[in-house]
Amino acid sequence: MNTGDEMPTTVAYPEPVLRPIEVTTSQAGADEFAARTQDVKISTDRVSILYGEKVAVRDVSLTIQERSIMALIGPSGSGKSTFLRCFNRMNDLIPGASVKGEVCLDGENVMETDVSVVELRRRVGMVFQRPNPFPMSIFENVAYGPRRRGQNDRRKLDELVETSLKRAALWDEVKDDLRRKSGLALSGGQQQRLCIARAIAIKPEIILMDEPASALDPIATARIEDLILDLKKEFTIVIVTHNMQQAARISDQTAFFYIGELVEFGATRKIFTNPSQKRTEDYVSGRFG
Amino acid sequence: MAQMATADRLTGLRARPGLLERIDVPRRVMFVAAASMIAIVALLMGFIAWQGIQLFVKDGVSVGQILSTTWQPDPENGATNYGLLPFITATVLVTAVALLISTPLSVGLALFLSEVAPQWARAIVQPALEIFVGIPSVVWGWLGITTLVPFLAHTFHDPISLSLPIVGQVFSMPGFFFGYSWLAGSLVLSIMVLPTITSVSYDAFRAVPQELRTGSLALGTTRWQMIRHLLLPAALSGVLTAVVLGMTRAAGEALAVQMVIGNAPIMPEAITQPLTTLTSQITLDMGNTTFGSPWQDALWTMSLVLLIISVTSVVLVRVINKRRLGA
Repeated sequence: MNTGDEMPTTVAYPEPVLRPIEVTTSQAGADEFAARTQDVKISTDRVSILYGEKVAVRDVSLTIQERSIMALIGPSGSGKSTFLRCFNRMNDLIPGASVKGEVCLDGENVMETDVSVVELRRRVGMVFQRPNPFPMSIFENVAYGPRRRGQNDRRKLDELVETSLKRAALWDEVKDDLRRKSGLALSGGQQQRLCIARAIAIKPEIILMDEPASALDPIATARIEDLILDLKKEFTIVIVTHNMQQAARISDQTAFFYIGELVEFGATRKIFTNPSQKRTEDYVSGRFG
Repeated sequence: MAQMATADRLTGLRARPGLLERIDVPRRVMFVAAASMIAIVALLMGFIAWQGIQLFVKDGVSVGQILSTTWQPDPENGATNYGLLPFITATVLVTAVALLISTPLSVGLALFLSEVAPQWARAIVQPALEIFVGIPSVVWGWLGITTLVPFLAHTFHDPISLSLPIVGQVFSMPGFFFGYSWLAGSLVLSIMVLPTITSVSYDAFRAVPQELRTGSLALGTTRWQMIRHLLLPAALSGVLTAVVLGMTRAAGEALAVQMVIGNAPIMPEAITQPLTTLTSQITLDMGNTTFGSPWQDALWTMSLVLLIISVTSVVLVRVINKRRLGA
């Protein structure tokens, strides 16, 4: 296996290239990493996203391995959140937004017009920047997704809610008043873990996280980060963050966005210690951004 | 010099506030305005309550009698009996049917405006609703008399229509000779309360944060599932408030109802019957009564009943909203 250190890890506009998998496995412990991430879960090919005439994301091509964490970093307005939303087609909801290019999930282009967006979003869950629990009990919050898929068996729902809340490291704190307490009555960090439990309950393959800890205090943030690392065992995670330490702490791969372009992407350690682009180095070393 | 300036400023701060500052004129003006507003409402309610109980206090009519069904207020026609039950029942029933017709339409329209309609449609419908509210009730009554009442009196009375399921059953009910009826009153009212219920429930739907909608859609629910299972429960108290406000407006409407309802002071039996509501009977009788007569006192009692209905509704809205904030 190629250790990849010598290989160019840049995808610089205007020649978008699909990176081979080897690129990302550049560190010590690469074998274990490679064993776990044989498969490409998501790949994008020249994705451009426009709001009306304004280009928000330009020609982004990258690949994301199964059961890994991909961090999208970059300064505000670099298009990373917009790009994240093309994986579950949330951009469809924004009037005037249009997406060009291919977004492939397990090799299937999800941008095709005959793709069921509802089905896609059941496979690609999402956690938002601000916790958005529904105004109902903790139990009903988690059971919301499964119920809408026709799961009404009481025992199965109980079980699903319990495993989801345990998975999101929230069970012990809420198990005593699951049905009485409103999701809105939890603290910010608990609300965000509730939203993660809610996303897990529909059994997605991928979880998108749009700055999931930016509205939380450091302790709640640490808990969410531990949780994300733990979730990697089961899910493919794509996380947008403006916190570079966070990206460095939790992600396997990092993609750096700047003004709508993907400057480079690769193994996180490489991006932070030895990036091949000057702009990346300037950003991760705090010279701008 | 600098020290001097500081000292001066301190002296300035410690100086006695000026007359205008001490009196604080705007605050006093607002206080007087608010206090007189409260006083006017309190006096009005006290006056109506006082006049409303005269029928019992001065005229010696028993409380039981106003709950009887015969309305015979004119002493020239023999023994009087002030039974208000037909009016109270009619008010409740006419309002209820109006709300039954209007609520689904209004809530549906509010949902359409808030969740489905493109910007341009919203830009047309919203001002249209405001204009709707501003149309005087006499215009609705007039429309009712000239189009709705003849329609009810002449259409669907042929044998074929009468053999139809629901339509036939309704139109073969007794009393449908002239079209003036409970149904006509409810239909006119349902149109009149439509903008109220629509705009208040529209606001309730808009008050649900956008993040909840995207949260639901991101879980792979359809838009209808989102509306049915998230939006409607979240906005329920607001929608109930809208319905109660519509109810108050419907129960209090006098003129338009009086023009189409037929004004027969009898207990309601069929939706096709002519009836009289509290409001329409008051407007009908007030010119015939002499000041201080038991007949007029009975009208005051009817006003008191109306006042109680509207105060109850306001309290109801308050309770509903308090519960929403508590959740």
